[in-house]
Amino acid sequence: MNHDSYPDSYILQILREVRTIAMVGASPNWNRPSYFAMKYLQEKGYRVIPVNPAAAGETILGETCHASLKDIPVPVDMVDCFRNSAAIPPIAQEAIAIGAKVLWMQLGVRNDEAAARAEAAGLKVVMNRCPKIEFGRLSGEIGWMGVNTGVISSKRKKVVKS
Amino acid sequence: MSNRKPGFETLAIHAGAAPDPTTGARITPIFQTTAFVFDDVDHAASLFNLQAFGNIYSRLTNPTVSVFEERIAALEGGRAAVATASGHAAQLLAFHTLMEPGDEFLASRRLYGGSITQFSHSFRKFGWNVIFVDPDDPQNFARAMTPKCKAIFVESLANPGGIVCDIAAISEVAHAAGVPLIVDNTMASPWLCRPIEHGADIVIHSTTKFISGHGNSMGGVIVEAGKFDWSKGPRKYPALTEPTPSYHGLRFYETFGDMAFAVATRAVGLRDLGPTMAPLNAFLSLAGVETLPLRMERHCQNAQKVAEFLSKHPKVAWVSYAGLPGDKYHALARKYLPRGAGSVFTFGVKGGYETGVKLVESVELFSHLANIGDTRSLIIHPASTTHRQLSAEQLAAAGAGPDVVRLSVGIENVEDIIADLDQALAKG
Ligand SMILES: Cc1ncc(COP(=O)(O)O)c(C=O)c1O
Repeated sequence: MNHDSYPDSYILQILREVRTIAMVGASPNWNRPSYFAMKYLQEKGYRVIPVNPAAAGETILGETCHASLKDIPVPVDMVDCFRNSAAIPPIAQEAIAIGAKVLWMQLGVRNDEAAARAEAAGLKVVMNRCPKIEFGRLSGEIGWMGVNTGVISSKRKKVVKS
Repeated sequence: MSNRKPGFETLAIHAGAAPDPTTGARITPIFQTTAFVFDDVDHAASLFNLQAFGNIYSRLTNPTVSVFEERIAALEGGRAAVATASGHAAQLLAFHTLMEPGDEFLASRRLYGGSITQFSHSFRKFGWNVIFVDPDDPQNFARAMTPKCKAIFVESLANPGGIVCDIAAISEVAHAAGVPLIVDNTMASPWLCRPIEHGADIVIHSTTKFISGHGNSMGGVIVEAGKFDWSKGPRKYPALTEPTPSYHGLRFYETFGDMAFAVATRAVGLRDLGPTMAPLNAFLSLAGVETLPLRMERHCQNAQKVAEFLSKHPKVAWVSYAGLPGDKYHALARKYLPRGAGSVFTFGVKGGYETGVKLVESVELFSHLANIGDTRSLIIHPASTTHRQLSAEQLAAAGAGPDVVRLSVGIENVEDIIADLDQALAKG
């Protein structure tokens, strides 16, 4: 995968297939970006499980926060990383170990080595993107904020996930 | 569209719009409503906290207006856009996001007279201080730079004269100082000039002019390029980087990244100052912008012929149109406006103020009014109208001396346009 420019179809397929997302670095503070993303993704029908050792055992948006990916008792489809680029390799290892299908790194986060390892293990990888913004972009919702979605179509807007 | 990058003409018709999901209506409907229902209180809370995308109240967002915003963002090659009630409102909101009381900004001396007045007088009431700079030498901006300066503002093609700014050179000065470059691209329109490609960080339009194009709706827009780092430089943009009290401590830049400026300008500026574009104006402007490439082509062709005619006319002292080969700004026009030098320009009548007044009162096809960028040909004598609030010194600096007449050449038959000027000049 060319990590400098993802085709819309690649992102769309991930957003359609994924059901359970583990959010590493999720914050219990309601005005942090991770909290925004978690709340939005929940509203779109995803189950989002927070992972953050500093908040382990706490409840964030109705979900118990775990100390690590390995502590999550249910299968995880996608690991979404709200951590800096240098912190990604061990998270990628754990994502592979728990059988996740997608490794997603947030805006500003990119680690090509970890991405290559995850891809070699069969995971799809997205870097330097936000799933909330991508969902909003591909569903047309973000256009409500005047954002240039880059989508040109003569068809009715499709539902990303139902 | 698959993986093809759509061309400008395609974007002008399609960007931001899609058939209505419920009714299948192909043209963007006029959502003539003030407010939008919430699913439940939790949904309402998410919307108010900016955690969900959606409509609350038309002062903030409206679906017809959003399509227009996305259309212009796409045409300018920007990240996001915010539409406003007028071009002046766009300027007010852009500076409201960037400036704190006591801050300064540099602006070209060659601006629309209304902008000079807005910056010189009304902005001072907010404690925002403008320093005017002669833009012909881009280094003048470097020389005028101050520690409290937060932005540089220029017009790509300046109203009223045919003055072209060296956007790339001025953006280098801005970025070396750590401030964003704001370009008012009203006179050129994105078909003729795309300032973001030359280093602009924010593009502003009075969409009242060529974008809507038919003289029927006021409007403005602010486009964010999405490339400026608001947190790194020596200068501070607290409205973007510091916790926002009215959003419970949210930091816009951290949360919204490359669209933070647009989101903050909407969520704070538009919310609190209130100059929203009306849905009907967005609808008319959407219809207008679909033909922007066609109209601009004809505007430029006609203007070129009219400028050539005037430059040979015995009653005309000079013509300032960057499309004329001998013009001072011809080289810059070829670089920044390769498809044409626009259709608004000035010329000087022999005989000064009286002759200028006589000319605007003698035309029959041209409309004597204070606007530009209509399908109709327009004429004005700035010294007696739009620029009359300015001092003699400011008039000269703005290129609006007593002998100056401004034309906005329309898309009527060009022989008719020329004949009208010819008969009116004969009466002067
Ligand atoms: C270059 C330029 N900028 C800004 C404006 C202000 O726009 P509005 O009249 O839509 O407020 C005008 C209007 O004449 C203009 O020509």
